Amino acid sequence: MKLTEDQINRYSRHILLKEVGGKGQKKLLEGKVLIIGAGGLGSPIALYLAAAGVGTIGIADADDVDVTNLQRQVIHFTPDVGKPKVISAKEKMQAINPDVEVRTYQEWVSAANIADMIADYDFVIDGTDNFAAKFLINDACVLGGKPYSHGGILQFDGQTMTVAPGQSPCYRCIFPEPPPKDAIPSCSQAGVIGVLPGVLGTIQATEAIKYLLGQGDLLTGRLLTYSALRMRFREIPFRKNPKCPICGEHPTITTLKDELDAMTVCDLGH
Amino acid sequence: MNLTVNGKSATIEAQGNVSVLQLLDLLNVSQKEYVTVELNGDILDRESFAASPVQDGDTVEFLYFMGGGAL
Repeated sequence: MKLTEDQINRYSRHILLKEVGGKGQKKLLEGKVLIIGAGGLGSPIALYLAAAGVGTIGIADADDVDVTNLQRQVIHFTPDVGKPKVISAKEKMQAINPDVEVRTYQEWVSAANIADMIADYDFVIDGTDNFAAKFLINDACVLGGKPYSHGGILQFDGQTMTVAPGQSPCYRCIFPEPPPKDAIPSCSQAGVIGVLPGVLGTIQATEAIKYLLGQGDLLTGRLLTYSALRMRFREIPFRKNPKCPICGEHPTITTLKDELDAMTVCDLGH
Repeated sequence: MNLTVNGKSATIEAQGNVSVLQLLDLLNVSQKEYVTVELNGDILDRESFAASPVQDGDTVEFLYFMGGGAL
């Protein structure tokens, strides 16, 4: 594949970087990233990855745009209310960059569909809003050997980490099991400051781009936490947990299953 | 006893040994039932909180679930 004149122009600020160059831009154009969740985190992730020229971007979400989303889900506009989020997202991504192929999955991830969904991608990004999906994404990526970025936000706080299966600790190394349903408030119950997913999602998109480029150090073995109120980032190093139920010495999770106890009504598609 | 708790120094006034379980109360840690505790770089089993002593100079991190993102 050779960059066209239009591409050299469009990506010129990337190509100027010695860590990217024409070679790196080609890697991005040949790269495939799956974004699970087209909401707060997914919005900046999808916009930036499309703008960056990541050649194939999958986006999965079963939901429709609601007016309460617009305070932070910047990929959806007021006239999109009622439209499937993945369609709304695809329209903006292709408007930013027609170079990019956008594949939409208008469904919730489940143990039944996730392995097939992630199989064709180089990197996966968790932009979901519930623990059932977060644990399922971790398990599918660890079992499938697929690197991924975890992200979570609530109120004024966020956290993110990157998992390189086989090399770095995973989400279950820190949190072996999901909390019981409704034990931890969700954004729809407890609120979220609208700019928060912009900060966290942009970090997650950066990880995907660095992974595709093969440049820099990924956010592995470290949980990055962000407090918007205190305007403070902290990095908490952690090791692989030998007792981790999926990547430890004696794993008890060897096949994918849905964490039914952590599911909310909305995960079940009602 | 001086500890580093979530990156900040903290002094605990206590007689004798303090377990991680007791520390959760002494520091009035929120979400006690669900918080993950990392002691000197190791993630602890919830079952071992009562039997894990905290010592002067230890580094403790409390890690919380954060589930939002899409809705």
